[in-house]
Amino acid sequence: MSDLPDATRQGPKPTDRLEEAEIVRPSRWRAVWDSDVAYSFRSSPVAIVATLITLVLVLAAIFAPWIAPTNPFDPSSLNLMNGFTPPGEPNAFTGETFLMGTDDQGRGVFSTILYGMRVSLFVGFMAVLFALVLGVLLGLLAGYAGGWADSVIMRVADVQLTFPSILVALLIFGIARGIIPIEYRDQMAIWVLILAIGLSDWVQFARVVRGATLVERNKEYVQAARLIGRTPAAIMLRHILPNVLSPVLVIATISLALAIIAEATLSFLGVGAPPTQPSLGTLIRIGQDFLFSGEWWILFFPAVTLLMLALSVNLLGDWLRDALNPRLR
Amino acid sequence: MSPSDPLVAIRNLTRVFDVSKPWLNRVIERLPKRRLTAVSDVSFDIPERTTYALVGESGSGKSTIGKMIVGLLRPSKGNVEIEGVDLFAERDPSVIEGIRSDIQMIFQDPFASLNPRWRVRDIITEPVVARGGDTKGLAERLLEQVGLAAEDAGKYPHQFSGGQRQRICVARALASEPRLIVCDEPTSALDVSVQAQVLNLMSDLKDEHGLTYLFISHDLTVVRHMADTIGVLYLGCLVEEAAPEVLFTKPAHPYTAMLIDAAPRLDAFGREVVPPEGEIPDPIDPPPGCAFHPRCPLATDICRRERPPLAPFGAGRVACHHAGEIELKAA
Repeated sequence: MSDLPDATRQGPKPTDRLEEAEIVRPSRWRAVWDSDVAYSFRSSPVAIVATLITLVLVLAAIFAPWIAPTNPFDPSSLNLMNGFTPPGEPNAFTGETFLMGTDDQGRGVFSTILYGMRVSLFVGFMAVLFALVLGVLLGLLAGYAGGWADSVIMRVADVQLTFPSILVALLIFGIARGIIPIEYRDQMAIWVLILAIGLSDWVQFARVVRGATLVERNKEYVQAARLIGRTPAAIMLRHILPNVLSPVLVIATISLALAIIAEATLSFLGVGAPPTQPSLGTLIRIGQDFLFSGEWWILFFPAVTLLMLALSVNLLGDWLRDALNPRLR
Repeated sequence: MSPSDPLVAIRNLTRVFDVSKPWLNRVIERLPKRRLTAVSDVSFDIPERTTYALVGESGSGKSTIGKMIVGLLRPSKGNVEIEGVDLFAERDPSVIEGIRSDIQMIFQDPFASLNPRWRVRDIITEPVVARGGDTKGLAERLLEQVGLAAEDAGKYPHQFSGGQRQRICVARALASEPRLIVCDEPTSALDVSVQAQVLNLMSDLKDEHGLTYLFISHDLTVVRHMADTIGVLYLGCLVEEAAPEVLFTKPAHPYTAMLIDAAPRLDAFGREVVPPEGEIPDPIDPPPGCAFHPRCPLATDICRRERPPLAPFGAGRVACHHAGEIELKAA
């Protein structure tokens, strides 16, 4: 080593380091504000509007008991005489006015929408969460373990993909209903719904995570962890998982919109949320009975709310996908 | 193990990869199974506190040997004994743990070998955390040892340059206080100026910590300064083993001579470099006899029939029927 020139020997401070004092460190808030994703957000009006609408709807759903003028599911507060009041007009018998009119039972449509969104959003979030956890774990396992575990998991996924997901959800829902005793059905309905939508949606998480895991597991940092004797579980969860999460975030957002629509579809078909806990889909089903007799508002307002909710979450997901895609920057 | 035993003893190490097409394709297209022999019957020792360098062209099996030594790949035949323990045959978990903490590896690509989502502190201390050791101030101490600042422990890998990242890799390798470090082309992804810094650092740390290196490289000049013994690989076989002074002045194997002649040299700048003749043959279907005979200027009939064994020659070992008959062109 001695015949190498002295200049290449490192002194007390190596030359390839910047002096710490010369760098003005931005504050944490400033760093977030200046980041690529934040910049992309600020320069995308669609993303800003979609976020605002989503936020308003989610907050309205969370605070429904305080915002809603009436509790539509408390029979003592309902007056059947209020039935079929058109929006904004006083009722012919009681003189009460409802912002979005009332349905056949005299429940204010505005209040039912607020409570219905709670159910829709809760089912949507929980179903996506369930699909995400299941899909990510199975995807990690398939990608990291390979071999027969990979073959089994991905063939099951492929088979499931050949069926429309709503059909899979219907099937799971039907089986679950058959297993659960009749007296628990109504209270279990929401959880069955979450299970059905979640199980019909895990495949895309698993596929994306498996693909990303196949790339990551051959990187040298994974080999470094293997050679010090880390267990496969620790390598998958602590090393690989953080590196495959950003596409998962995008899929989760788009899946949320799809899950809300899937829930509405199931409820519209009459197999989803029970009438005692109506979701937006249940409200739309109830409303369509009256569409041709002229009471349009019972269908119209829940449908518009569902449209806005699904559309804005979907737009948000699209924006996030573009913002996190390094090739589109 | 007795004190005279080598730290690493490699015996008849062989690794065969199955590179066949999938089963269904084989059945339909009536193809045979295809096997690639990446490492073929390699034996050598690494004495404690020495540097053993493995050189060879790409595809010669150097990285495969490295991976088998650290236990990332299972040998097809033969074995690796470290401190007298074979990692793949040992059943006692506490013995395996002990050996594992004595081995570390430094990888070629400093951008892939650090987890981008982890802070430098967590990366460096992981080998110690994995065995439940005390890590207080460890990362800071190691960072200063490799010429970085203690404050760098809180940063992420993307905030460093290639040379700095390789220093972080060195710090991680030192964390578990290993005896053997396998370096798989540790400088080939770095600028030449930074290469020298990292190599100097590694050689200083070797003396300080009493380390043993297995140094895998394709760069003869790098190896010349680092190694105590050089092993030359060709198509998975060890063809020559000698000390650098001997190897560079009087190579005994025609392949070694070809490599030395082809290496660019500063003192003979502008000279006509004779490019090595021929390509490295297909390892799936290697030539019979000596694997080097299609490119060898000395090849005779016996070379095409019989694979030469690795036999003692001078102070080293050579696998050639015509050992010592070659002359360096440039000398």
